[in-house]
Amino acid sequence: MHVPDGFIDAPTSAVTGVVAAGALAVSLRGARREQGGTSRADEADRAGERTAPLAGLVAAFIFAVQMLNFPVAAGTSGHLLGGALAAILVGPFTGVLCVSVVLLMQGVLFADGGLTALGVNVTDMAITTTVVSYAVFRALLAVLPRKRRSVTVASFVAALVSVPAAAIVFTLLYAIGGTTDVSIGKVATAMIGVHVLIGIGEAVITALTVSAVIAVRPDLVYGARGLRQRLKLRVDGALVDAPAPALARTAPGTARTSRRTLWVTGLVASLVLAGFVSFYASANPDGLEKVAHDKGIDKKEEKHAAADSPLADYGVKNVSNARVSGGLAGVIGVGVTVVAGSAVFWALRRRRAEDVSPASTGL
Amino acid sequence: MSTASRPASSSSSSAPSSSSSSSLEVSGLAFAYPDGHQALFGVDFTITRGERVALLGPNGAGKTTLVLHLNGILGGGTGTVTVAGLPVGKQHMAAVRQKVGIVFQDPDDQLFMPTVREDVAFGPAAAGIKGAALEERVRTALERVGMRDFADRPPHHLSFGQRRRVAVATVLAMEPEILVLDEPSSNLDPASRRELADILRSLDVTVLMVTHDLPYALELCPRSLVLSDGVIAADGPTGALLRDEELMRAHRLELPFGFDPRSVARGA
Amino acid sequence: MGAGHAHRLYRHGHSPVHTLPPHTKLAAAFAFVLVVVSTPREAMWAFGAYAVLLACVARHARVPAGFLLKRLLIEVPFVAFAVLMPFVAEGERVQALGLSLSVNGLWGAWNVLAKGTLGVAASVLLASTTELRELLLGLQRLKLPAPLVQIASFMIRYGDVVTDEMRRMRIARESRGFEAKGVRHWGVLAKSAGALFIRSYERGERVHLAMVSRGYSGSMPVIDEVTASGAQWRHALTLPCAALVVSLLG
Repeated sequence: MHVPDGFIDAPTSAVTGVVAAGALAVSLRGARREQGGTSRADEADRAGERTAPLAGLVAAFIFAVQMLNFPVAAGTSGHLLGGALAAILVGPFTGVLCVSVVLLMQGVLFADGGLTALGVNVTDMAITTTVVSYAVFRALLAVLPRKRRSVTVASFVAALVSVPAAAIVFTLLYAIGGTTDVSIGKVATAMIGVHVLIGIGEAVITALTVSAVIAVRPDLVYGARGLRQRLKLRVDGALVDAPAPALARTAPGTARTSRRTLWVTGLVASLVLAGFVSFYASANPDGLEKVAHDKGIDKKEEKHAAADSPLADYGVKNVSNARVSGGLAGVIGVGVTVVAGSAVFWALRRRRAEDVSPASTGL
Repeated sequence: MSTASRPASSSSSSAPSSSSSSSLEVSGLAFAYPDGHQALFGVDFTITRGERVALLGPNGAGKTTLVLHLNGILGGGTGTVTVAGLPVGKQHMAAVRQKVGIVFQDPDDQLFMPTVREDVAFGPAAAGIKGAALEERVRTALERVGMRDFADRPPHHLSFGQRRRVAVATVLAMEPEILVLDEPSSNLDPASRRELADILRSLDVTVLMVTHDLPYALELCPRSLVLSDGVIAADGPTGALLRDEELMRAHRLELPFGFDPRSVARGA
Repeated sequence: MGAGHAHRLYRHGHSPVHTLPPHTKLAAAFAFVLVVVSTPREAMWAFGAYAVLLACVARHARVPAGFLLKRLLIEVPFVAFAVLMPFVAEGERVQALGLSLSVNGLWGAWNVLAKGTLGVAASVLLASTTELRELLLGLQRLKLPAPLVQIASFMIRYGDVVTDEMRRMRIARESRGFEAKGVRHWGVLAKSAGALFIRSYERGERVHLAMVSRGYSGSMPVIDEVTASGAQWRHALTLPCAALVVSLLG
């Protein structure tokens, strides 16, 4: 999915560049908090920043893992994008930093992804994948029973969603600043279809990797830190609502703001998702597949789909009114879903807190 | 025979009268990790300026924990560490870190900058040295370990032995009061081992060498400390300690097959 | 892109382009690509002129054509998609060789191919004439935030160490008779990735300790700095300026 120069027009590239820069600035600050204290050497934290060495090593890891090809079927293989993996293992802010640096270096050192398309690539592959996957991951953990198995399941779903989400954001960017006229239906069909397949591979590997790390050093899995922390709260007999678990370790003040950030990002992500899924659903069914099939080029396309994230190029200029309204309906639908979902979430949490209190007083 | 000398531990941290002659004083040092695991149970010892001392001990004895206390990376327990008269604590952290040079076990961890030269310059530059003075520090430090011609190489293009020598240089460039080496001989082939020993012998700094490698300790350090279960179990001449079979057995220290400390002539 | 990242693009040399300060080259490459991207696709001859400009730079830098062309292969996946465009794009259609092609799609394919290729060629020229270390210094000089430069420099320093560990793990797997053949073996690969993460993260912690031990307190001391004279800037910016002139004429 490394977008080269010329796919997206200059103004859109510039805007995404600004978006990416802003997100990086926020991430730099967030990462400092995330890497504050995970390790055995808590005492060392006060002495100096850990972000640079840790994020640098994790970036090297992501870089290496992207080279780890997993065989999909005879002759073809795919590789990880790593956004979801990074977000779950080291936290969303550090994740954004790591994947962005990997993209930057790939662009500058390997000519992989255009220089002017850096903003597009960072927005798409670093920011979208990490933010969406982390939002999904946290939301699932909040609902699922508090077990290690749930972390695996949540990682799976988070990674699965993150890849098509990146495809959707790409489609969006293309709708705004694409340089070729192809109907949005075709772009969406092709991008999402192909990336759901890629997402499955990403999901399996991400989930297995996360569970492998959890088995050995659970304290290193940022996304599961809350798991540990909340169990501790039980023993103390504290009745306070355990806040969004990832942040239980930091000061209460930051936990609160971060929970809000999380909630907002989750909301935005699901709005974007839903808006687009309905777009997709209402698009013309005779999209790329049919054309490709008619022309006998579907085999070629399939091969590329598996070999690397593909598609990069279908423009979108003619958004019909019907589709816009379809998208709007989707956004409204998500609004309702989020409200209902939050209600369930609050209810569950309250009940859990009540369950906890007798047990802990018994101790 | 073991001479378990335990200087009276006092919590007073008044500037020691012997500050002119002692490089390092550790007294009554106890420490537990945040998870409750206690690693040190009152460590006491003194190293005088110019001494080369080996710190021996089995795995899990608390050696690394102790080393990380020497420059204040770990702290917050009881007891005091004094480096050349400076108590290790928040107020003198920068000065202490400059006086205590730790060479970590894996040179890849130690050499984190893109080139050898920048890596050696890191410590002095962090201490505010610039320009020609910085160049001079880097040059001297690399010369002392015989790596002057490698200044512009990236560390990962060097052999393991060369990397370990550069790691020593990174610390020497800070002109430390005391050099602390964590398992300096590990993973070295015999030739590199010899070269490193020659370098260490040629340096006129105080050395504390943490090691399992008993022959290496005997070769380089006239005096040894045995750290076991979080306390100093023995302190004395290295040869005498190694000949004390009972002591060795009690602290899981084993000499390599066929090595007899009696047969080695000690040239102090 | 698969495993294509293992090799680096840098090609050692002493040409005038090699010796330019890195930040001037970065700025020049970026500005050039920006001009290319902003050029309307109908100005076909302008793209030809850009290609000639790049060829001049390549000659100046003594980068052989074969080397450059081989590195352009990274673009191949996108060429495939560009080829698809005329089939799927909307609008007026033309018949050619018995196929119905969209005019818009043809333009789109041309646009992407031309701009993409020029962009990749510019990046390849930059990477093949600038050392890794220099690139980082250049980015630092161009005011990329210091923490990002640090992260990038740690990534490059430890990239080889981490990939080497990965390679050793693969050899260990294979010497015990394991070969990843299909979906069934994803689990094993993931376990390796998990182990690799733990090793990387723990190394990060140790590196941090080593840094703190030598007086690190949050900011990297600036040891090397690159500077450029006015003449060097002018030299480097010749390329984007020439491109701009072409673009304005077009």
